[in-house]
Amino acid sequence: MAVLPVSRKAPKYVLASVLSLIFLLPFYIMLRNALMTRQQVSSPDWSWLPDPLSWVNFGDLFADASVPMAHSLWNSFLVAVVTAPVGTLFGSMAGYALARINVPGRRAVFTYVLVTLMIPQSVTFVPTFVVVGSMGGVNTEWGIIAPNLFSAFTVILFRNFYLRFPAEIEEAGRLDGLGYLGVYRRLVLPNSGSMIASLGALMFIESWNAFLWPLVIGQDPSSWTAQIALSTFLTAQSVNLPALFAGALVTIAPLVAMFLVAQRFIVSGIAASGLKE
Amino acid sequence: MTAVLEAPPVTVAPEKRRRRRDWRAIGAFAVLTGPVVIGLGLFKYVAIAWSFLLSFNDARGTITLGHWIGFDNYAFLLGDDAFLTSLATIALFTVVIVPITFVASLGLAVLINSIKRGKAFFRTIFLIPAAVSYVVAALVWKMALFNGLPSGVANVLGGLFGADPVPWLSETSPPVYWVAVVTLRLWLQVGLYMILFLAGLQAISPSLYEAGELDGTTKWQAFRYITLPQLRNTSVAVLLLILIAAFQAFDEFYNLFGTGLSGTATAPVKPPLVYLYDSALGDQNYGVGSAGSFLLTVLIVVITLLQGRFVGFGKKD
Repeated sequence: MAVLPVSRKAPKYVLASVLSLIFLLPFYIMLRNALMTRQQVSSPDWSWLPDPLSWVNFGDLFADASVPMAHSLWNSFLVAVVTAPVGTLFGSMAGYALARINVPGRRAVFTYVLVTLMIPQSVTFVPTFVVVGSMGGVNTEWGIIAPNLFSAFTVILFRNFYLRFPAEIEEAGRLDGLGYLGVYRRLVLPNSGSMIASLGALMFIESWNAFLWPLVIGQDPSSWTAQIALSTFLTAQSVNLPALFAGALVTIAPLVAMFLVAQRFIVSGIAASGLKE
Repeated sequence: MTAVLEAPPVTVAPEKRRRRRDWRAIGAFAVLTGPVVIGLGLFKYVAIAWSFLLSFNDARGTITLGHWIGFDNYAFLLGDDAFLTSLATIALFTVVIVPITFVASLGLAVLINSIKRGKAFFRTIFLIPAAVSYVVAALVWKMALFNGLPSGVANVLGGLFGADPVPWLSETSPPVYWVAVVTLRLWLQVGLYMILFLAGLQAISPSLYEAGELDGTTKWQAFRYITLPQLRNTSVAVLLLILIAAFQAFDEFYNLFGTGLSGTATAPVKPPLVYLYDSALGDQNYGVGSAGSFLLTVLIVVITLLQGRFVGFGKKD
């Protein structure tokens, strides 16, 4: 009895394990190459792990004067750490009003938001560049951040969330004499933690990994994000390969850590984002 | 007390009170929706309107209106082989990547859903590439997996089967670079869609399968006649998400094929966004860039609406 299920399940575990190794292969390669010397990395012979490990590549990464890696990482951090909470807050505010405050014209505002959902951000990078450029946002951190603070998608997901929000909480607040804004700030917002964490995590990931918009608006090295710095490094004429892989590791480390620590929120955020109907 | 005398004011008062309360509601609504309404207005509506006007202007090195040239920019785009080729490229890319991603993510979800122990462990492993940016993935693909050297991972694996080293990214006949482009996106995205399918699978009532078992269905029949129909909504959402994401492909093409000095000039394939990037940022021709942006936006909206006609996406709730 105990043997049969195990043998029936075994092929599935073998398959899942083989696939896992394939999925992890790029991470292993990144780590291996980041710890090689330049000779080892361009050697025609395969090696599993260099001996000794060349930790010096991480120092070289930040010492390379042509690519301001440290400042770029700081810019990425700044962009993500502003975009995620502010964008989530704006989405929550609008989503709550659209779900719970019945005023004339609410339908129109909802449609106004919904229409922009169909127009993907990246396709309109030229129009957005025209507007942000005319406002003086070229080569600035706020120019990178501003257009991404307003996500129709986040608004719609929060609206769906607040449509199912228990009305008793709001009624209790009204009885205590709170106005609409008071109810939102003191009762609704503090009870939206899981949704805020989920969508905030997704926004953080998205802005940390964003490439096209920061590339368009931040042309000067002083406004590069880590992705732009890495890309410049990658497409440069002469490449210090081990340092490049070290840079890749440094850049993905915060998000991989986040995926491991806050996976519950990320998974529920992704699941919610597939159900936008 | 004097109920009869006071009757008229009493009927007025609630009306007044209600109206005052309405104003408070409108004020709160305005405050709460204000940032998003203004932000979307500026960065979507104004941007697209401005860009639409700009697309009828000769706007080289400028973003101001004034030099009207009618439909010349559109005529230029539709007469430019490079633009038409980019549309063909993205159509081909979409036709390849959409079914592969769909089947792979559904397959992974079914696999994970069917095992008992280690579910969370395997889910984490398949999801973790979603934390990686296209830039980093392109770096690993270009400089290690598909670098074309005998020590490149793809060539080492090929060597095990006796294949000669292949210059993956520069070989154009046959266009083997598609292997790199497709596997890169698949690796990055498949975990996300797997999560959506897992959520869909877990929402299927076990009683359906129990009923099926009583009727003596095989595993394949259960999948074909219970699982797939029950996943219809999820499948539609996933298909649309993969499709729209594929249409916006830029990062991997730019980073796999770009070179510092010549930009993307030597790239063997350019999707529309790379073409637009080159015209708007490279040539500083914002008129052509805007016209192209507008054409692509219309294309995506039409696809979304067409899909909506068939499957009800975006219908009013």
